[in-house]
This record gives sequence, C-alpha cells and structure tokens, in this order.
Amino acid sequence: MENTVGKKDKDPKFVHFRGIVKRFGSVTAVEKMDLDIPEGSLVTLLGPSGCGKTTLLRMLAGLEEPTDGDIFVNGKRINDTPIHQRNLGMIFQNYALFPHKSIFDNVAFGLKYRSMPRAQIKEKVKRALEMVRLPGVENRKPAQLSGGQQQRIALARAIVIEPDVLLMDEPLSALDENLREDMRREVDNLQRMLGVTTIFVTHDQREALSMSDKIVVMRDGLTLQEGAPEEVYNRPANHFVADFLGHSNFLPGEIVDQDEENIRVKIETGDVLLAKQRGAWKKGDAVEIVVRAQRFEVHRKKDFAPDEGMNHFAGRIKDRSYMGGEVSYFIELPSEREIHVISMMRTHTYDYGDDVSVQVSPYHCHLITAE
Amino acid sequence: MKSDKWKPWALLAPSLTAVFLLLVIPVCFVVVYSFWLRAPSGGDIPAFQFGNYAKFFADFFYPSLVIRTLRVALETVVLCLVMGYIPAYFFYRTESKLKPFLMILIMLPFWISFIIRTLSWINILGDTGLINHVFIKAGVIDNPLPMLYNEGAVLMGLLQYLLPFMILNIYVSLEGIDKSLTEAAKSLGCTEWQAFKEVTLPLSLPGVSAGCLLVFVLTCGTYLPPMILGGPGNDMIANLIFKRIVGTLDWPFGSALSTILLALLGVIVYTYNRYLGINQIFKTLQ
Repeated sequence: MENTVGKKDKDPKFVHFRGIVKRFGSVTAVEKMDLDIPEGSLVTLLGPSGCGKTTLLRMLAGLEEPTDGDIFVNGKRINDTPIHQRNLGMIFQNYALFPHKSIFDNVAFGLKYRSMPRAQIKEKVKRALEMVRLPGVENRKPAQLSGGQQQRIALARAIVIEPDVLLMDEPLSALDENLREDMRREVDNLQRMLGVTTIFVTHDQREALSMSDKIVVMRDGLTLQEGAPEEVYNRPANHFVADFLGHSNFLPGEIVDQDEENIRVKIETGDVLLAKQRGAWKKGDAVEIVVRAQRFEVHRKKDFAPDEGMNHFAGRIKDRSYMGGEVSYFIELPSEREIHVISMMRTHTYDYGDDVSVQVSPYHCHLITAE
Repeated sequence: MKSDKWKPWALLAPSLTAVFLLLVIPVCFVVVYSFWLRAPSGGDIPAFQFGNYAKFFADFFYPSLVIRTLRVALETVVLCLVMGYIPAYFFYRTESKLKPFLMILIMLPFWISFIIRTLSWINILGDTGLINHVFIKAGVIDNPLPMLYNEGAVLMGLLQYLLPFMILNIYVSLEGIDKSLTEAAKSLGCTEWQAFKEVTLPLSLPGVSAGCLLVFVLTCGTYLPPMILGGPGNDMIANLIFKRIVGTLDWPFGSALSTILLALLGVIVYTYNRYLGINQIFKTLQ
C-alpha cells in the first residue's frame, strides 16, 4: 500500500471489495474479486472489453447487484444502500448530460437533491465550472458544447457533490486522440488537487500507465495482476499482462543454469540468453523471456561486436515501417520466430533482407512461466 | 459541375404524384362542391354561393356535433395517453425475452379489419353478448346491463383503434433516451421516481405530443365506432358527413361540412405545433 500519494494517515482500505462475484445468467462477469483501494488514490481497472471491469464499477455505483461478496466504502458495507444514498460521483463514457437542462441545472442537479440553499448551490456550481476551466457556460445547453467540454461538465457535475468515490467508466474513449491526451492530464490534475478516491475503468494502456497510482489488470472476471504502473509494466506477472501492456516480444526457452546474478535460458535458436536473477526459478523450468520492443538494439551483422555481458543473436529484417519518431522493425530469427523492435535511432535504417545482430541487456529480460 | 439538387426530389416524385392525384385534387373537388347548389330534384347545380355554410351555422344542431366530436376526441386522447404511456414505458424498461412477442401483440389489431374489430364489441358488450350472458347465467343480474349504444362503448371502440398509435409513438420516443441518463440522475441522488420525473418524462414528451396529435386527428375523422357502437345521440361530425353524402346524396352540403372539419383541424394542428408541437419540443431540447 505504498502508493497513497504520500498521505500515510489515509485509510488503505477506503474502498474494499471482498469475494465479489457477479453472474448474468450462466455468464460470470466477475469471479471472486478482492480489491483494496486506498483513500485518495487513483486506481485503474484495465482490461479488454468483457473482462468485468465495468461490471465491478457498476456494482460499486449500485447499478448492478453483486451475486455474492461484500463492498465496503469507508468501513461501511454498502451492498444494501440504494444508489441514490451512496454519494458516489459517476462519469459515463457518453457523458450522460441531461440534454433538456441547462449546464447550470446539470451541474446543480446533485446539489438540488442534497437540499442546499439556492445561493450556496450557485456558488458551488460556479466554483466547479471554474475548476474544469469552463466558467460562464451556465446558461447553455449541453448540445451547444463540444465533446471535450461536455465531458468536463460531466466531471464538474460529479465532483460538485463532493463524492466519497469518483467512478469513471471509460470517460475519455469518446474523445478524439489529441483531446483525449489533454483531458487525461486534466482529470489527473483535478483528482490530485481534490484528493478524491477515484476508480477509472479503461481499455487504454496509456491512460492506465500515465495516471494511475495502481493498475488492476483484469481478464474474464479475474485479476491477473495488481500493482503500480512501473511494476505492472516492467515486471508483468504473466503472458497476458505482458502482451496487453506495451509492445512485448516473447522468446520461449528453458532454464539451463543459474547463479546469484543471472539465469541462463536456452531459446529456440540455440542461443543462450542471460536474464537478471529475480524470484524463484529452477533448472529445467519452461519459461518465456519477455522483452519490450524498445529494449532491443539492432546492429549491422558484419560490423557487430557484442558489448560485455549483453545478450545477442542474429536475424534478418523482414519488414520495417517508419513511424516518424521511431522505426519499427520486424526481424526474423533462424527459428522462424519474428521479433518486433522499435528503434529510436534516426540513422542506420536497415532494409528488407539485411542481416543484423540484435543485442539486449539481461536487465531487460524478464522471465514468466510459459503458458 | 452539374447540379444534383433535383435527385432527392426524383426519389420523392412517385409519392408526391400519388398524394397530389389522390388527395390534393379530390380535396379541391370537395371544396368546389361545397359552393354548389342542390336542386329540389336531387341534382347538383354548379354555383358559387355560401348557402351550405349558412345552413351549418343557422341550426345549432350542426355546430353541436362538432363540439361533441372535439370533446370525444379529447377524452380519447386522455384515455390513450394514460393507458398508452404505461405499456410504452414497460417496453422501454423490460429486458424480457417476451418483448418482441408482446410488441407483435400491439401490432396485431392492425392486421384485422377495423370494421370486424368494431363489430366484435357487439358480441362482448351486447344484451346477449359475452358479459351479460355470463352474468345472467351466474345469477348476478336478472336483466342485461345496457353496455352498448352509448358514449362509453364508442370510447371503447376508439381506444381499441387508437391505443397502438399512442403506444408506438411514446415507445419510439422513450427508446431514444440513453439509459445512462437515468443512471446518472440516480447516482446524483434521485430515487427511481424522481429520475423518471426529471429525465425520462420530459425527454419522452416529443413522442407524447406526436401521439396525442395523431389520436386527436384520427378521432375527429372517424365514423365507424359511433355508427356501430353508439346510440342515436352519439353521432360525430364524420357520421353526419357520411349520412349526407352516402345517405341523402347531398354532395354540396356534405362537402361544406367536410371543408369546415378540414379547416377546423387545420387550425388546431397549426396552433398545436406552434405552441407545444413536435418542432417546439425538439427546439427546447437543443
């Protein structure tokens, strides 16, 4: 629980799912889920569609009822609390602004049901609109605003009620690429400023990596890995997580030897690669070496001299694409396996059929159990 | 570049032609007829005079029929609205597998002749009909209840005819409402009922408005339910037109009555659309 944005006295189990199961008929959406969300943190539920992330969020919101298990918010079990008494701010993918109400009435909506004096509502709405950098739009209708502005209004509407937890269901996916980047930073800053506990559902790894204190990677209703972004990215627990986050290469092999520093893995090509010693492996284990596409270095084969302590093997350029900032190569190994390399170099653009040597540090070779 | 502006109109041409030939021209004939004279022999004499219209206003019997027509139409609208909104809302909310089947049940009456459907009420409500028969056999009553040939029976017939129009109009409007709006309202503190009042009801008003107008106009022009299920005092304006034209072959006066009804409905539809019509409601949504 080290990732509570530096607030040590905050409750590390502010939102707490225990043994949550959700079935729709014979389909299991969430299977025996346990999850702790520390107060003030931003936790991302990341996974492909149908992994149960939205269902989990909707159960917390009170829009779905768990088949089994308990949900606690701030130490209180809320399974039986009706949705309108839960005091949670929900943000929907399609904004869900009330089209027939003015922006003021939209933002003031939650306050109206908290029986607050009119003058105070006005003041709070004004402040909320300033917070999302859209002051003075009170009298407009939602349709008169752009998609990004509408999502900011939705954000204002959710935070103005000072919710215990802010729930965001793919809030940025309806926006176009550039706008999404801006909104992501805005959501991030706002969340940190308000310190509101936030659960963010997304299938976009970049959103998850850039804004989360903790990422929960889900598939088929199960948690596959849970941890800080760096941890999940650099030390994926299994094939799915490694594949889902970033451009990963998988080199299947078998552990032939190990010492205190390195593990030696023989891969299909017959080359023996070194991987930094981490965790408990034993000789003969079938493993996959995970290497990020950005970690490989490509050299021309004829003038290649390996650096001390680096892994290296030969291959041939099969395909390449120029991406502007980087060059993407697909390199075929003698074993006919293809690896994907992203090179940041501007020079040395290799061509189809070139013989190359690929070098990678043992530090960047991460081992997972072969599936 | 050649202008393609005519192309959409070409698509519209067949239906425009049909409407023009089969609706606009006959209506013009009717309007022209309304100024003609009727010879004592029964023939029609071309003329331009307002005698037929004067006759309408000279005897309060005729305007009173119009007033009754409008009253019955309003009653039908209210009944259809109350009895139509509830099933429409049910269809919007239900996730039952039976929904398509139930939707077909709504459409089912359209597949049976209007006359047959109206006549069938006689077998249910009549003196020897199903209800009276069962009640007398069961000894609940001695003499048959007079359920037929009154305004209630007429309303029943109208309701059966027009309810599907109302349900479908409201349903289409409800179906267009994003369900996450209700969820958003509830997450902000609304109960189910408050969320309905705040979000669902106002956003379904365009369908309600369209349904009400349709039911009103269709009621004003119908003559079968009053003719089959109504008594002597339940005639509506369309019955009078029917009797004048088909019964006594008095085309000029029948045409004048038709023109008056057409003008009246025109004014009502125009005013309605102006103040709480479909366009107006859509405008407030934006």
